[in-house]
Amino acid sequence: MPLTLKSAAFRAEREASWRELEELVRRAERRGVRALTGAELARLPPLYRAAVSSLSVARAISLDRNALRYLESLCARAYLLVYGTRRHLREAADDFFRRRFPVALRAHGWHVLLASLLLAGGILTGFAMVLRDPDRFYAFVSPAMAQGRGPTASTEALRDVLYSRKGAAEMLNTFAMFLFSHNAQVGLLAFAAGFAGGVPSALLVFGNGLALGAFAALYASRGLSLELWAWLLPHGVTELSAVVLCGAAGLALGQALVFPGRRDRLSALAARGREAAVLVVGAVAMLFVAALVEGIFRQLVHSVAARYAVAGAFAFGWALYFSLAGRRR
Amino acid sequence: MSSAHDAGGLTERRHEILTPEGVPLQLTVAAAGDRLGALLLDQLFIGLGVLALGIPLLWLLVRGVVVPDLVAAAFVLGIFLARNVYYPFFELSWQGQTPGKRLLKIRVVDRHGGSLRAEAVVARNLTREVEIFLPLAAVSGAGSFFPGAPGLARLLALAWLLLFGLLPLFNKDRLRVGDLLAGTIVVLQPEPILLPDLSTGAAPPGEEGFTAAQLDAYGVYELQVLEDLLRGSGPGRQETLEAVASKIRARIGWEGREPAEAFLRRYYAALRGRLEGRLLFGKRRADKHDQAD
Repeated sequence: MPLTLKSAAFRAEREASWRELEELVRRAERRGVRALTGAELARLPPLYRAAVSSLSVARAISLDRNALRYLESLCARAYLLVYGTRRHLREAADDFFRRRFPVALRAHGWHVLLASLLLAGGILTGFAMVLRDPDRFYAFVSPAMAQGRGPTASTEALRDVLYSRKGAAEMLNTFAMFLFSHNAQVGLLAFAAGFAGGVPSALLVFGNGLALGAFAALYASRGLSLELWAWLLPHGVTELSAVVLCGAAGLALGQALVFPGRRDRLSALAARGREAAVLVVGAVAMLFVAALVEGIFRQLVHSVAARYAVAGAFAFGWALYFSLAGRRR
Repeated sequence: MSSAHDAGGLTERRHEILTPEGVPLQLTVAAAGDRLGALLLDQLFIGLGVLALGIPLLWLLVRGVVVPDLVAAAFVLGIFLARNVYYPFFELSWQGQTPGKRLLKIRVVDRHGGSLRAEAVVARNLTREVEIFLPLAAVSGAGSFFPGAPGLARLLALAWLLLFGLLPLFNKDRLRVGDLLAGTIVVLQPEPILLPDLSTGAAPPGEEGFTAAQLDAYGVYELQVLEDLLRGSGPGRQETLEAVASKIRARIGWEGREPAEAFLRRYYAALRGRLEGRLLFGKRRADKHDQAD
């Protein structure tokens, strides 16, 4: 008499449903969830739950290693299918800008405030120091960024930079370069450097402020303040806010690392990291907007009043968006 | 590659997640080599994509339709977009896989068993720029990267950047900074196959005949080693079976003269029946040295 074990009988009873689930999972893995029909999709959750419960039972009663391994991997595959991401990118993006981004920003109010203060402090320090000693300009601004602008440049040359006219190709070029220019880099770096305790993030934001302050002092010494800010602010409002957001995200990460609170360090970091990443993604989108303004608008519109009007409109728009979007009615 | 993963739990690193149903699942952490391979493949695909975009542009340039400035800008823009959109797009729409990961059969999952969320995918991919491309740029052009810095400071900064990128090698779950921030982990796509049950398919007829004492000689560990042996294939299988059969015969004092494989199968079925029966009463004998009961 061939002996039949309880575990073998258990397996014989359920094997058909495991095979069915395996087939569904295999097809979905190969060609995406959309390859399944509606009826098959409806079968997936019950089959998955049955397999998970089979696994629990099998762990308790079966010593057949191959069957256990098979069930374990089948459950893992089905689990990844059932609980993996299901939202489409467009849907996620929609939800992101309507709700997640402004909500995340309001949740990081203190970090944003601190980063803003750091930036403002950097600007004021840079301004005051360069005004007193123009040679300090070179300490704060790298040659690549200065592009010939500096204490030795003539007032005319400095003025020309503010009103240059460019063709379409150069506009696109400016736009593209902008993305790679230190703004986007500083933003991403400020976020990622939060992993090193947040201090590098603070330094980056402050250093960015120093460079800006140095420029402001340079132009102020030639009586071009009004025109410089008209040149800077239309995109600067958006760009500087984005840098502040990245800095705030970096500070939040640093805080999670140094003061994890009641959770362990790793999970505090993971939770914070996901929230802070929301800020950075939003900031990158803002940098995109700023790049458009810098690449196109600024080359076309030279009226100081119009430039200030646009800067004001942007400031108002962002303030409105960040304070109102995503609130429950 | 797959042999290393199947080496019986010795080389592979396991990570346990708890599903929302409350059942723990064991996943195998993807090896560092697989991760690197997937990254290189993905970079290759991105490169090919940009090239496919670039060839018509270059043609236009040669024909004098567009100016070099525009081509350069389009290239820069294309690379930026490709690098920053490719990964999130695929990881979101292919459930945590990119083409490279898919080829190497690895995927991204949530570390605690939840579903993989969009912001987690974005967070882990944003930091790639800082982890990998920054150190690369620093190594390739250290001079331009830290202008005016003294040599020692430059060296330290370089080490720090490298440490960032090499973090996966220093923790057992192979987490890179992006994984830490996003709460994700990269695991091997599990896919073993269900083989026939050894206790039913070939349960040979004949006397049952093992005494309780003979079946108490071994525990679960030996049972499963025996299972692997019986399921195995390859040149040396027959000799191994003979050797194991004679060892077991000697240990339990078995006089029967049947062929090694038939004997082992029968002993396997009987041993499994005995151990599983005791398992039902909450007694699990881990191996032959386990004298707990």
